[in-house]
Amino acid sequence: MTQKLSNAQIAWRAAQDIEDGAYVNLGIGFPEMVARFQPEGREAIFHTENGVLGFGRAPEPGQEDWDLINAGKKAITLKPGTAFFHHADSFAMVRGGHLDVAILGAYQVAESGDLANWSTGPKGVPAVGGAMDLVHGAKRVAVITDHVTKKGQPKLVEACTFPLTGVGCVTRVYTSLAVVDVVDGRFVLREKLPAISMEELQSVTGATLHVEGEVGDLICPEELADA
Amino acid sequence: MDKRLSSLTEAVADIQDGATVMIGGFGGSGAPIELIHALIDRFLETGSPKGLTVINNNAGNGHVGIAAMIEQGMVKKMICSFPRSADPTVFTERYLAGEIELELVPQGTLAERIRAGGAGIPGFFTPTSVGTDLAEGKPVQKFDGRDYVMERWLKADHALIKAEQGDALGNLTYRMAARNFSPLMATAAEKVVVQVTKAVEPGEIDPEVIVTPGIFVDAIVEVANPAQEEELNRAGAHHP
Repeated sequence: MTQKLSNAQIAWRAAQDIEDGAYVNLGIGFPEMVARFQPEGREAIFHTENGVLGFGRAPEPGQEDWDLINAGKKAITLKPGTAFFHHADSFAMVRGGHLDVAILGAYQVAESGDLANWSTGPKGVPAVGGAMDLVHGAKRVAVITDHVTKKGQPKLVEACTFPLTGVGCVTRVYTSLAVVDVVDGRFVLREKLPAISMEELQSVTGATLHVEGEVGDLICPEELADA
Repeated sequence: MDKRLSSLTEAVADIQDGATVMIGGFGGSGAPIELIHALIDRFLETGSPKGLTVINNNAGNGHVGIAAMIEQGMVKKMICSFPRSADPTVFTERYLAGEIELELVPQGTLAERIRAGGAGIPGFFTPTSVGTDLAEGKPVQKFDGRDYVMERWLKADHALIKAEQGDALGNLTYRMAARNFSPLMATAAEKVVVQVTKAVEPGEIDPEVIVTPGIFVDAIVEVANPAQEEELNRAGAHHP
């Protein structure tokens, strides 16, 4: 198997598509890493569901103020222009279509754009948070994910087998091997690692990858390979 | 009019068995730890209140706050969006043993249901959860060609919340992200009790910065230097 991208490289690639001035929500966990890779000269404004807009980076250990956290309950910091608001305003930002981009993790994405990322089935304790709101609110819903599960099963599939977070909501998927758009119920390959063949990529993808025009090379900074 | 109470005991005295209680906070930020612990202390002394339905974003963390209420067996049902935390053991064990009910609500829908409850709006439509397990059994209606799920308002008998400053009339300010659900919950409960870090006289809070106007608030009690749930958990605290 071809060397795949690290999580930091996937996050870096997703960050390249965030425009200057965009209002962005990053899902908890892996997607939070996208904030580290804003391209020079562009400023995105990050929203967190619990009621903060335009916050700064994590504080130094020992400097945390636990009234100032993000949706993942990690400490954040203020920066000039930070705003606080209550949950109804926060979700008016989400549900009212005011966010430009939401970047989320996934268990599975279907070629229809269906997303499963909140539950792996009836076992355990279900938890949904703001995911179901974000997928119908943001203008663009992107997913960052490994191309396959830890057991090697495809995460890009014809139809999700895990419970859905939203129907037909994902517009772009950044994986450890490729960048894929959802267009009219089909996966369209936009970029792939130069070293992987089309056949090899298709073999680890659970639905047909369509090619329309040129497929770009997915090239990310080498220094992030071990990050 | 003076809504200030002198003790936490008094503040939680009239919550009855079987009541529905909204509790402010998102994780540890905004969690009214002292009010919750006063309620637990009352339960340990008198056996009441029990059989509570608790509305919060989460379902407790560690062995303090809401987790401690669940641990003591006071809670029959949680209505929340994210019953996971750094240490969700208390809720998880009881949930998996079938000893506590869970109504899982998407976070924005939870906020809007509470807002609707406070604004006298019995139901509303949202695309959130359309086509998912969480929309099962709920009416779906098309507006301009798109499907929306009908959600009902959410109201409570009591709300326990934490604010930064509160004056004798019940006007409140909050501290940073500790605001979260509290201004909504203050509108949606019959009886709203607030622990404030600083109690002040009317006029001491600039009217421009009041977030919750006093009409929504029934009582305030000052708790200077309140405990922070996250710090309690990092120190391994238990209540009692």
